[in-house]
Amino acid sequence: MKRTFSIGGIHPNESKLSREAHIEIFPVLDVAYISMAQHLGAPAEPVVQKGDKVKVGQVIGKPAGFISAFVHSSVSGTVKSVEPKGDLAANPVMHVVINVEGDDWCEEIDRSKDIIKEIPFSSEEILEKIKSAGVVGLGGAAFPTHVKLNPPKDKKAEYLILNGTECEPYITSDDRIMRERPDEIVIGAAIMMKALKVDKCYIGIEENKPEAIASMTEAASPYPGIKVAVLKKKYPQGGEKQLIDALIGRKVPSLALPIEVGAVVQNVGTSLAVYEAVQKNKPLIDNVITVTGSCVPHQRNFLVRVGTPFSKMLDAIGGLPKDAAKFISGGPMMGKAVANMDASTLKATSAFLLLTETETKRKEESNCIRCGKCIDACPMGLEPYLLNKLSRIGGMHDELEKEKIQDCIECGCCLYSCPAHIPLLDIIRVSKAEVMNIMRNRSAKQ
Amino acid sequence: MITTIIYTIVCLVVLGLLFSVVLYLVAQKFKVEEDPRIDIVESLLPGANCGGCGLAGCRAFAEAVVNATSLGSLSCPVGGDVVMENVAAALGQEAVKTEPKVAVIKCHGTLDNRARINHFDGYASCKVMSTLYSGDTGCRYGCLGKGDCVEACKFDAIRIDERRGIVEVDEEKCVACGACVRACPKSIIELRPKGPKNRRVYVSCSSKDKGAIARKACSVSCIGCGKCVKVCPFDAITIENNLAYIDPSKCKLCRKCVDECPTKAIWAVNFPIMVPVTPKQEEPVTKTDNREEKI
Repeated sequence: MKRTFSIGGIHPNESKLSREAHIEIFPVLDVAYISMAQHLGAPAEPVVQKGDKVKVGQVIGKPAGFISAFVHSSVSGTVKSVEPKGDLAANPVMHVVINVEGDDWCEEIDRSKDIIKEIPFSSEEILEKIKSAGVVGLGGAAFPTHVKLNPPKDKKAEYLILNGTECEPYITSDDRIMRERPDEIVIGAAIMMKALKVDKCYIGIEENKPEAIASMTEAASPYPGIKVAVLKKKYPQGGEKQLIDALIGRKVPSLALPIEVGAVVQNVGTSLAVYEAVQKNKPLIDNVITVTGSCVPHQRNFLVRVGTPFSKMLDAIGGLPKDAAKFISGGPMMGKAVANMDASTLKATSAFLLLTETETKRKEESNCIRCGKCIDACPMGLEPYLLNKLSRIGGMHDELEKEKIQDCIECGCCLYSCPAHIPLLDIIRVSKAEVMNIMRNRSAKQ
Repeated sequence: MITTIIYTIVCLVVLGLLFSVVLYLVAQKFKVEEDPRIDIVESLLPGANCGGCGLAGCRAFAEAVVNATSLGSLSCPVGGDVVMENVAAALGQEAVKTEPKVAVIKCHGTLDNRARINHFDGYASCKVMSTLYSGDTGCRYGCLGKGDCVEACKFDAIRIDERRGIVEVDEEKCVACGACVRACPKSIIELRPKGPKNRRVYVSCSSKDKGAIARKACSVSCIGCGKCVKVCPFDAITIENNLAYIDPSKCKLCRKCVDECPTKAIWAVNFPIMVPVTPKQEEPVTKTDNREEKI
């Protein structure tokens, strides 16, 4: 029987329009805008100045804290400026702007296509290589991978879980890498297993990707510890807690990390980046981005260098489609609307989705009829209608905390399922931020 | 039959008496002594429960007033000096005059002044909008125009001007309770002294961006050029983070800064407009609000 997580979930139309499009290499542009806030945690500190010559793979930002990561140049050329520029929400973030001259890579990077299976490194060496390559989680949150692979001493990891579910509609970048580069992903998993000192690894893939399941199963066959697990299609299966529940049947406690139940979850894209970092000395400077949408004439999957502006990606698909009204970085459920087309892609950008006005139109809000659909849909077992009601009263932070608003993963299932079109998630997200802030202040005081 | 009724009545009467005695004893035992003046003061207050005084409501304010030794730090913004005089008389204390205040919106990024660069189609709330992104204009400090302050105002003193895409305060209705100040996620509302004859001068901008960026986003933004600081004879203006601030306690309403400001970010409200005196027109034309003039 195919597994899935136990509570909640929805079945949005999968719309994987670009699943048959091969990965194409996106041309290197004239200017790259590389953000220093590529990851969760503190933004990196720029270590280059105006006028410096940089090569592909050279460090341009160093971590500024424990949860932070290196940033490398994805192009070669001269640093034009180091200045704050708008990110996709138009908030200023430090960027290194590089004028591209040629394509000159650092010597230590192995650019051959050979697949290296042997892992001659120790656990510490692997972690150091991953850290210096600036690898971050490519599942969306961009959590620095070396931190995740180095759990606290008193916690023991038992399972490595690779997330190949790609439950978001439209996105196909993980599907494509699993079909085109399965061996590298599996070696990446073996490297992470060695770093974590675990011998069990599950690769969770949803049933709607039969080709990826076949290729990954074949690639994993020489490794006794790595198993491909076929999962039922259900959103948000790619959520860390949901995936752990689906694969090993353990529930991660409220506000705890997966390591509490002995699991470490990594995206398949991260696994590929780990392989490249450890075996090829290649830092994370490019990633596969799906450019899709019903209004896009040719669906594409591009291998894009970090720091490519979204506006240039429009040019690559033949200009702005006539009826495109909304641009989203990521999928339609959890992606962020792009408010600033000059913003550039990040390491963890998975898709660039173009939606038409009819697809994005919000329906008019009406009254809650207490049907309970949001409660059925919530994968965290919360009561979204109640959280919404408490939030709208204002000042009910204690009550919201009791109702576990802090557990909300902002997946949007409640909003999707609401027949009254109440903007549940919008309101819950604001209150969640307030409650989390209060909780942080409280723990800081203690 | 009749005996049943009699028994019932007798039983209930006995029970009732018994309970009344118990209740009386309990009430005596757990009696809460409350100052009777609290009720008197509360009856004098407006009863808006707005929290403008900084306390939980009118009852809490009444308790604070009764327990306070002087009224210096306590004032009811809704009732103003009239109510505070009554309260002081009831308590036999000295009333302390406070300066009446009014909420001012420190942004004039109307549709004409500040071009919209994207369209927000989410839930119409400034709070929701500001958690998602910097806003639908190039300025990330200015008014989002979704009306969280309008919703927070219990006195119907703020409205959204749909045509101009910005909020406006009705100074007749505003009691300076501060609910809008707390509701605004961009912190662009300030409570300022109403000023003599309701005249006041303030910087109507909250942008902390550098001059070029601020100006590009909005034509009436403060660019932090410092001309107003130089021209001010009373040292009332300071610039911090590329944004000028006029200290209302030092400002003498000379309006030199208003004329000097290159972007017209400094506003003078409720001043009569002086028309050059010509033989035909001798009376100066008075306008109640010159903001309308600048549309």
